[in-house]
Amino acid sequence: MRAPLSWLREYVELPAGVDGRALAAELIAAGLEVETVERAGADITGPLVVGEVLAVEELAGFKKPIRYCQVDVGKANGTGDPQNIVCGATNFAAGDRVVVILPGGVLPGGFRIGARKTYGKVSEGMICSVAELGIGDDHGGILVLPPDTPVGADAIELLGLRDDVLDIAVTPDRGYALSIRGIAREAATAYGVPFKDPADVDLPPETGAAYPASIGDPTACDRFVLREVRGFDPDAQTPMWMRVRLHRAGMRPVSLAVDVTNYLMLELGQPLHAFDRGALTGPIVVRRAAPGEKLETLDHVKRSLHPEDILITDESGPISMAGTMGGLATEIGERSSDMVIEAAHFDDIGTARMSRRHRLHSEASYRFERGVDRELPLYASYRAARMLAELGGAEVVPGVTHAEAPVEPVTVTMAAGHPDRVAGVTYGRDVVVRRLEQVGCTVEGDASLTVTPPSWRPDLTDPNDLAEEVIRLEGYEDIPARAPRPAAGTGLTVQQRLRRRVGRALAGAGYVEALTFPFVAEKDLDGLQFPADDARRRTLRLANPMSEQEPLLRTTLLPGLLKALALNVGRGFGDTGLFEVGVVFRPRPDAPERAPRLAVDRGPTAEELAGLEAALPDQPYRVGVVLSGDREPSGWWGEGRPALWADAIEAARTVAREVGVELTAGADQHAPWHPGRCAALYAGDTLVGHAGELHPRVTKAYGLPERSCAMELELRRLGDPVTVSAPHVSSYPVATQDVALTVDSSVPAAEVESALRDGAGELLEAIRLFDVYTGEQVGEGRKSLAYSLRFRASDRTLTAEEASQARAAAVASASDRTGAVLRGA
Amino acid sequence: MSAPNKSYDPVEVSALQPEELDRVRDAALAAIAAAADLDALKQVRLAHAGDRSPLALANREIGALPPAARADAGKRIGAARGAVSTALKERQAALEEERDQRVLVEETVDVTLPWDRAPRGARHPLTTMQERMADVFVSMGFEVAEGPEVEAEWFNFDALNFKPDHPARTMQDTFFVGSEETGLVLRTHTSPVQIRALLSRELPVYVVVPGRTFRTDELDATHSPVFHQLEGLAVDEGLTMADLRGGIDAFVTGMFGAGLKTRFRPSYFPFTEPSAEVDMQCFVCRGASAEPGADPCRTCSSEGWIELGGCGMVNPRVLVACDIDPDRYSGWAFGLGVERTLMFRHGVEDMYDMVEGDVRFTLPFGTEI
Repeated sequence: MRAPLSWLREYVELPAGVDGRALAAELIAAGLEVETVERAGADITGPLVVGEVLAVEELAGFKKPIRYCQVDVGKANGTGDPQNIVCGATNFAAGDRVVVILPGGVLPGGFRIGARKTYGKVSEGMICSVAELGIGDDHGGILVLPPDTPVGADAIELLGLRDDVLDIAVTPDRGYALSIRGIAREAATAYGVPFKDPADVDLPPETGAAYPASIGDPTACDRFVLREVRGFDPDAQTPMWMRVRLHRAGMRPVSLAVDVTNYLMLELGQPLHAFDRGALTGPIVVRRAAPGEKLETLDHVKRSLHPEDILITDESGPISMAGTMGGLATEIGERSSDMVIEAAHFDDIGTARMSRRHRLHSEASYRFERGVDRELPLYASYRAARMLAELGGAEVVPGVTHAEAPVEPVTVTMAAGHPDRVAGVTYGRDVVVRRLEQVGCTVEGDASLTVTPPSWRPDLTDPNDLAEEVIRLEGYEDIPARAPRPAAGTGLTVQQRLRRRVGRALAGAGYVEALTFPFVAEKDLDGLQFPADDARRRTLRLANPMSEQEPLLRTTLLPGLLKALALNVGRGFGDTGLFEVGVVFRPRPDAPERAPRLAVDRGPTAEELAGLEAALPDQPYRVGVVLSGDREPSGWWGEGRPALWADAIEAARTVAREVGVELTAGADQHAPWHPGRCAALYAGDTLVGHAGELHPRVTKAYGLPERSCAMELELRRLGDPVTVSAPHVSSYPVATQDVALTVDSSVPAAEVESALRDGAGELLEAIRLFDVYTGEQVGEGRKSLAYSLRFRASDRTLTAEEASQARAAAVASASDRTGAVLRGA
Repeated sequence: MSAPNKSYDPVEVSALQPEELDRVRDAALAAIAAAADLDALKQVRLAHAGDRSPLALANREIGALPPAARADAGKRIGAARGAVSTALKERQAALEEERDQRVLVEETVDVTLPWDRAPRGARHPLTTMQERMADVFVSMGFEVAEGPEVEAEWFNFDALNFKPDHPARTMQDTFFVGSEETGLVLRTHTSPVQIRALLSRELPVYVVVPGRTFRTDELDATHSPVFHQLEGLAVDEGLTMADLRGGIDAFVTGMFGAGLKTRFRPSYFPFTEPSAEVDMQCFVCRGASAEPGADPCRTCSSEGWIELGGCGMVNPRVLVACDIDPDRYSGWAFGLGVERTLMFRHGVEDMYDMVEGDVRFTLPFGTEI
């Protein structure tokens, strides 16, 4: 809502020195979110005066019409002689009154005007258009003023070229502030000065009905008012003051009849609609739409109506969508002279639904959704009729049609001390009552107050609503701060700590965290080479995605990570490792079609809550890692080392170690990984995830370097971090024995190691594979694995014999379980 | 070697004459001083302090002196040997030092060589910022509460007093999951976790809720359809707006330092009543830049104040929907945007930087913020 200060001043007696910024500060403190204060015309400098065009000479020989004019500006130029001015517009004639800026003046935007030679003549100033004056958008021609405008008068004052305009973002509860009336009322309260209600006009005695109308559905509309005017002059022009105000408020002048309805909507907050009397057939009924009804609205869209839509209808059918947009057929046209003016109070939810359903948002629907003063229609319609009479020569037809549905008055019972208890401040009953009365409430009672909010505040329904009114008017700045009373918290949960630890561990291991959007495309699922029956293809779909290309919610972290990796590679960072800790979304096969909508006037039962939870997808945290290029770069120290499938597995182990779990890896074939370079990762018997080199088709699909690698695991499958039992640290000497075994090349190293470990028994402190060899010396289809075994006892120095025995037992176990043969034996 | 005797033989004991001892000692000292390296000094040690050195030989002659002269001669020879031994030690130390210096100099490397062999990692500043902010609340005794990102509309809207079709609800630019009829949305704020916390925890409840949230805003320099919020919620007996203010002030102190003022502006949220927007004094200029003629402040655009977030007293209707007696309990809630906080606290200029995953943006933030 854009509110010009001059307009507000008409209804609130603000102190003379108050400017837009000062008022904005007060309104902000009172709860109106003033976003900007535009100081319109602040940079204008005169002389800017009314002139009369005395003579016009058309200059020939130029590409466009150019006129050399003599303009009488009275005494404004000091001499009284006519000014010679070159002008490119043609929409005026000798005798017209125009706005002239004399040399030395400055127009909005800082355009300084001087006397200068142009088109072979000296132009002593400029004749201005509304756009140049900052009071309209029309560049088409210069502004021609009414013939009775005094020559030589200061145009800045006359046209209101300087004004402060407050742009207010009105919160949805404060519909009344979508009007000069509402804002002026707040301004008056803020400054403690009188407020003059623009709706407070004396209505003539009702002398019968105007155009016949009735309310067919009282849930759709509880007040419907019609008045009529006749003999309106379709050629009547909107006066300049009204056009300036409309422009300042952000609306375009259209025609006098439309401008009057818009003007009053801005001033009062009551949307108005004017029908062409001649286009109406039979009595008007306000009702919901019947099946199959259609209406072509003012924007030339033919709309199929929904049974819940609220309509204004006559015998021809729908003629207007209530409080949203009028119909084309009954629109007032260029020649309309007899009009029916509608002012009504429509259901807020009904208009909200209708405007949303039809994606049709208008100034009227915006106001109805936020609540319009139910008491306004009689007054607003009368003012509209009067204005059309005064400005457009119309005759107000006596009588008014007033259809009404009964409405229960709202009263709120509140303890007088309630605002004090909410704020933590002692206001006392008298302050509470005074502030509520300032808001417009009537208040009765002593310790328990019975409060009737004013008709323009339908948002005031609860004691806390009233408390807020008292507190905001008393000033939020006066609320003291009371130091927090510490609660007995127990700190982070183990899973919360774990997620932090995982992040730190992966960052420490050289991975950079990315937070990627959870939106994915079908193309991603194909690009990852997921088979048709892959569970990860069962996704949730957004009804209104940001991009139709990516309507699905991720079931894996990899698409986002791979795209982020590709972005880094594309920007010259090919040696990059990224990680993400985030949730994926897995629809439950047995989920109900829709989540229940529970009551809100009581707490839900356990069954109701379970029903809600059952509708939600499973949303577990997963950890993903992707990497490409060199894990270690080459440098002066020597060769670099490319990122390997093994790095991806190690990243998984890094995560698992934070839980205290040592993962075991087993060969697997699982998209999106390379079928020969993919490890399934287990914590005990639980599959927690996969890691390895990506399938070449996957790297190609994401534009990644060949042999890029990835890991993804599900955090909860690792369980809670284990409590570490302190190890016994033996100070006895170590006995190290090496052993080289040959096995069939298909035997996984992990199996050999596991067999050695089991065979070596408890004296074994550590085992390390330090060489893998294939070649002639071990023969075709065989490989040699060289291990270093460290033995140590906790209570004695091992003898060479004991160590050798343990080693032999280890070898025997490996031989037994994997067919390992001791090399050189 | 001469046998001990009792007769004085001036010839046989000439080696013990003071002049001779001085000469031998001086020769030794000269040789020590002249030894150029540790090998030469070893030879000198053999020649002048070894078993066959003149001083060692002279020492053996003491027995040949008459008893009355022995003590005197012993003293003289002891002094000479002591001087030689000291000189040797000193020379040894000096030569070792010299050798060390030479060898270590020869081992000099160029320590300015780059070493970027180990990959560097970092956590995302939005993650660490959430943790940092949550930790301030945790230090006040709050616990971190969490909830799902795909959320039931009842939690996201209804229970928070967003009425169906009310503009407050439609203004939230909601992602609907499946269709508008499923009752499932991507949560538009972290506030549904308030409901979850109030339903699942014993009163009083003091929780902080960081998390990812979603609205259908096009990605641009200041908006993202995926963003993060953090909110604190306290529900207890006797809580007032003074407690709200105290909680926010404590948060501001924890995050931005002591002594910064906060101010409330009345606002509207369906789930709080009364509601307010909170500003804090700019933590860089501390309000000074708003004075006429002062140096401009980039952090607060010379406003002197920074918009921090929204807050209010928990709407009693929310408590009712959570089966809490609003006549006995009251609560406050305070929420703020994590992206915005990162932007003004660290000068992030573009939302894209936070969502793209470019490592150049993230790396400087390290693992804590």
